[in-house]
Order: sequence, then structure tokens, then C-alpha cells
Amino acid sequence: MRIRAWYAGAIALAAGMVAATAAVGQDAASTAQEIEKYRQALQDGNPAELWEARGEGLWKKPAGPKNASLEKCDLGLGPGVVKGAYAQLPRYFADVDRVMDLETRLAHCRVTLHGLTPAQATARPFGSPDNRSDNDALVAWVTSESKGATMNVPSAHAKEKEAFALGEKIFYFRGGPYDFSCATCHAADNTRIRLQDLPNLTKQAGAQLAYTTWPAYRVSQGELRTFQWRLNDCFRQQRFPELGFASDASIALTAFLARNANGAEFKAPTIKR
Amino acid sequence: MADPMRIRAAVDAGGVTEVKVLMSHEMETGQRRDAAGALVPAWFIQNVTATHAGKTVLSAQWGPAIAKNPFLSFRFKGAQKGDKVQVTWVDNRGDKRTDEATIA
Ligand code: HEC
Repeated sequence: MRIRAWYAGAIALAAGMVAATAAVGQDAASTAQEIEKYRQALQDGNPAELWEARGEGLWKKPAGPKNASLEKCDLGLGPGVVKGAYAQLPRYFADVDRVMDLETRLAHCRVTLHGLTPAQATARPFGSPDNRSDNDALVAWVTSESKGATMNVPSAHAKEKEAFALGEKIFYFRGGPYDFSCATCHAADNTRIRLQDLPNLTKQAGAQLAYTTWPAYRVSQGELRTFQWRLNDCFRQQRFPELGFASDASIALTAFLARNANGAEFKAPTIKR
Repeated sequence: MADPMRIRAAVDAGGVTEVKVLMSHEMETGQRRDAAGALVPAWFIQNVTATHAGKTVLSAQWGPAIAKNPFLSFRFKGAQKGDKVQVTWVDNRGDKRTDEATIA
């Protein structure tokens, strides 16, 4: 019997070395191509699937003081409809008369269905190895159910327009010790910090590439990271105060970037370096 | 109790079954220090076995050099569509997990 085995560690190391050696003396475009090869080598066994599986379990399992599951949660396409829902978020929800993104809506459902307090429902927005986040897992699962869907964030409602306009304002708002805005790092083509390409988020192609590839399993962290986490980390890079989880500012910025990605195919959860 | 593995298995026209396994495990090397400077104890999967129809088709000894949340892919001959393949791991704390998949 012939047995062949590859180990994740070996693949990661080998691919990393290819990227490093090939980059020597070559231009930025080929560096990006080599990083892309590294991502592809890892895509097959993407550990994000472990979060997706846990999230599906959390969605279906009765929990909280009301001992109910989240299966009746309305993510915008009707109670319990998960398929394609993320590709149409953030959106206006009439039952709460406000625009919500996925995290805010999940927190809302954990309050109304599980019976948690709002503080309990948002207590752990991002996980770490010894302290996992149910939010990460639920987001992984819900987003995976939009894989292949076309981004179609609605903008008919006045509050959706308002959120988009506020998000745009936040994107260009300069402040903090370095007088940075998001646009300082994300409004020019072909720029990078170290080896990381900085997407031009003011152009459709850049916004589409960025928005449709989160959440992602970060190999360097061994964790699944959500789009909210990405925004949070860029607030940190910008030396801004911490972005409030499920805050109006966070929803608005997400609405701005999500709608700029309209028309693109949603591809996440992906794997990133 | 560890999270379930994700196992996919499919047999091709030539009778070769390809199995892809994702395992949820921290795979601590024993080299890392925590925020307080204390060594984080080694904690990793030590043995992996895969069986089909009562026969071992893969047996591996692993160490701390394997990445967190490991992905394992291997091939073997002799299985049919609809058969089951079982995968078991045991870590250095004696914790263990077995999952199975139906070959597509
Ligand atoms: C100081 C520079 C800097 C500022 C300011 C900054 N970012 Fe970033 N941003 C980065 C870097 C660097 C990365 C890539 C990190 C990586 O790949 O590890 C990134 C990545 C991103 C990504 C993911 C891109 C992708 O394709 O994966 C998004 C989305 C993003 N930033 C949004 C924002 C928003 C919104 C703001 C304003 C709140 C902002 N950034 C402010 C440096 C910055």
C-alpha cells in the first residue's frame, strides 16, 4: 500500500521559503505573486473551516437564559435565512429602526433569542487561543454561507444612505498624533508597507478585493479574524482610540466599504499570511 | 474535549482515495513564553492513525514542529465509494479524538 502524507507545517515552511527566495532582486509585482502562491498552497486546508463548523453548531444549539437557538434570527432576508445574507449587509432593519452590520445583528439576536444582556452579547468580540470568541465562530459560519454570492448592499433607505455618508466621512477624517486618516494609507495605487500591499479602498477594485476576502484565517496568528477585527487593527495602526464594537461608527465604516464592494463575488473566509 | 476534525475523502477513477484532514489543536512547541515570562508547556499531537475496514492505512508520529490547527493530506488504495475512513489523534497529554468520514 502506498502512503503519501504532507504536513501543514512543512507546506507552510516550504511555501514561505519559496516566497522569500524568489523575491530577492525582483519587483513588487512578483513579490505579490509569490505571496499569492503561498496563499493558494494553504487554501486547501484552510483552518477557517474549524471556526465555520463551530459557528454552525452555536447557531443551531439552544443556549442562554431562554434556552433557544439562533435559528429564527433574521439577518435581513427573513427569519433563519443565512444563505447569501452577509452579501447584503449592513442594511436597515425596520424592527429596530436602524442600520446594522452582521455583528450588531448577531448581538441583537443573542439578546432577543438567547435572552442575554447587550453587554453579555458583545463581551468577547475577538478571540484568542485561550479565550475563544463565539462571535468569531458565528461570523465565520454566516459569512461562509455567502461564499460565491454577489455583493449587493442596499442603499434605498434614508438611514442606509446616512450610514454610508457617515462612513465615508470617517474614512477621510484625519486626526490623532500622526494626523492620519484611512485615506493616508489606503487612497493611492501600488503602495505597500513592508511586504503588505495597501489596497486603494477609494477605488472599486481595491474595495472589492479587500472586503470580499474577510474574514480570514491569519496564519501568523493562528486565529480566524473578522472584518471588524481588521477595522479595529487599522484604528490601532492609525493611532486612533479603540473602535467601539458594534458602535454606529463601526457600522457606518463597514457600510461604506461594503457598498463600495458591490458587484463583486464574495470569497471569504479566506486564508491570509 | 477537543473540537471535531473536518475530514474529506474521495476515491478517484484509478482507485486511489485522497483524504484531507483538518485538526483543531494548539500545537504548543514548549518554547514559547507567556506575558509573564513563564514557559508555556509543550502540548502537541503525538500520534495520528487512519484506518479503513479495520486496517491501518496511515500511522504517523508527530512532534512540536507541526503547525497549529494542522492539515494532513494522504492517499491510499483499496477503498470503495461509500466506505468509511477513521482518523484518530492522541496528544502528549493523553487527550484523544476520533472522527470518521464517508468516502465520496
Ligand atoms: C498607518 C497606515 C494605515 C492606516 C492609517 C490604515 N490602515 Fe488599513 N491597512 C494597513 C496595512 C499595513 C494593512 C495590511 C496589513 C496586512 O496585510 O497585514 C491594512 C489593511 C486593511 C484592510 C484589509 C485589506 C486586505 O486586502 O486584506 C482594510 C479593509 C483596511 N486596512 C481598512 C482601513 C480603514 C477603514 C482604515 C481607517 C480606519 C485604515 N485601514 C487605516 C495600514 C493602514
